[in-house]
Amino acid sequence: MSALIQVREATQVFGTRTIFRDVSFGIDQGEVFVILGGSGCGKSTLLKQMIGLLPPTAGEITVASYSVNTQVEEVRRHIGVMFQSGALFGSMNLQENVSLPLAVFTDLPKEACAEIARLKLGLVGLTEAASRLPSEISGGMVKRAAIARALALDPPILMLDEPSAGLDPVTSAGLDRLILGLRDSLGTTFVVVTHELASIMAIADRCAMLDAKAQGLIALGKPQDLKQTATDPTVRAFFHRETL
Amino acid sequence: MLALPVNLRLLRRSDFGVIAERAGLQALPLVLVLGFLIGMILAFQSAVPMRQFGADLYVADLVTIALCRELGPLLVAVILAGRTGSAYAAELGTMQVNDEISALVTMGINPTTMLVLPRIAAAMMVMPALTVAMDAAGLTGMASVLAAFGYPFSAIKAHITILSAPGDFLQGLLKGVVFAAAVALIGCRAGLTASGGPRAVGQAATAAVVGGIVATVLLDGLFAVILYRLHL
Repeated sequence: MSALIQVREATQVFGTRTIFRDVSFGIDQGEVFVILGGSGCGKSTLLKQMIGLLPPTAGEITVASYSVNTQVEEVRRHIGVMFQSGALFGSMNLQENVSLPLAVFTDLPKEACAEIARLKLGLVGLTEAASRLPSEISGGMVKRAAIARALALDPPILMLDEPSAGLDPVTSAGLDRLILGLRDSLGTTFVVVTHELASIMAIADRCAMLDAKAQGLIALGKPQDLKQTATDPTVRAFFHRETL
Repeated sequence: MLALPVNLRLLRRSDFGVIAERAGLQALPLVLVLGFLIGMILAFQSAVPMRQFGADLYVADLVTIALCRELGPLLVAVILAGRTGSAYAAELGTMQVNDEISALVTMGINPTTMLVLPRIAAAMMVMPALTVAMDAAGLTGMASVLAAFGYPFSAIKAHITILSAPGDFLQGLLKGVVFAAAVALIGCRAGLTASGGPRAVGQAATAAVVGGIVATVLLDGLFAVILYRLHL
């Protein structure tokens, strides 16, 4: 079976600075795949390449057999994205935020869009907050609402950029449970960018580790395996919280 | 603007109303005060030297033509650049920095259609009203100075209409609409191209004001040449 998402020799160079080079891996359907690594290693840059916001300097990425380089519109029909800040629209309440993609891309009447939005907010436990503005809710609720918006059009793939960033451990663990719950109930494939070890161990089926010094991929596999068997000092240091 | 009719689903009437209110209604007091003062200053500064030739009543003609053809739309455009252009840049710049623009793009929604076109349309819609308000306030300021010099309002009113024609007034309105489109476009562009964190928002606002004012003056010069060539 071919991978749902295929990254082939992805490279990103800004001017004279190489962020990463020749990164390759595949992500299977229904997997929770984590891209991890220290600050500045290019995790979010790789995610931007995968969602078509940044054309790779070299290499190719395909999502559901569509090339991100040449068929980005088709790719975007298959993905939902949650950005690090949540990126909810401040002038709209949560229900309107979630309704937006439905109002634009479906012919459903306004009431039906609102009803679906309420259902999606229910999936992330925010039914009661549907009429509140993003500025009136907590950081954790913003992230959950952003996931609900990303789910609005039932994409088979969700890409999350640092979902735990800025959250307390309890809220972060709740978000991890939500990701696993959505994967199990909807069969959604998740690509998660994070450097939170607790989250990685809790949710990742497999992970890819990038490193700024190596300018590329230094580890690929199940997090438990990497923790136990990795010989690379950077990988060991990350999983065992050691100082290099 | 051509994309607007086919993307009407992206337009939120409530948002458009808020944008138009901020650009127009909230700018009205400033426009009225500045217009009145500019009218007074122009009248006073012109009246003193013209009085030496016994022509101080012609100040009414001078100020009317200057305001309606030139200064009215120009000053409103400067106000628009300072208030609305910078606000557009700050709003869109903040959205850019917070990844809201990226979120729209990944949803397949064109940010230009959803965010830029309503702002340009709102600025173009409120500009004629603000220009009329500026002209009216300026003429009132001028009339108050001439009244203080002892001229009756009937004489001032007559002079306002002797040399100036409706064409002068309409020219000003046309210029104003073009200036508004330029100011709004530059403000939105500055916001959408902001990058590099919160500092970029301030830089975008500055770029919007400077760019808006420079563009307005350049366009005004272009209008002057074109209208001269057309004998208007």
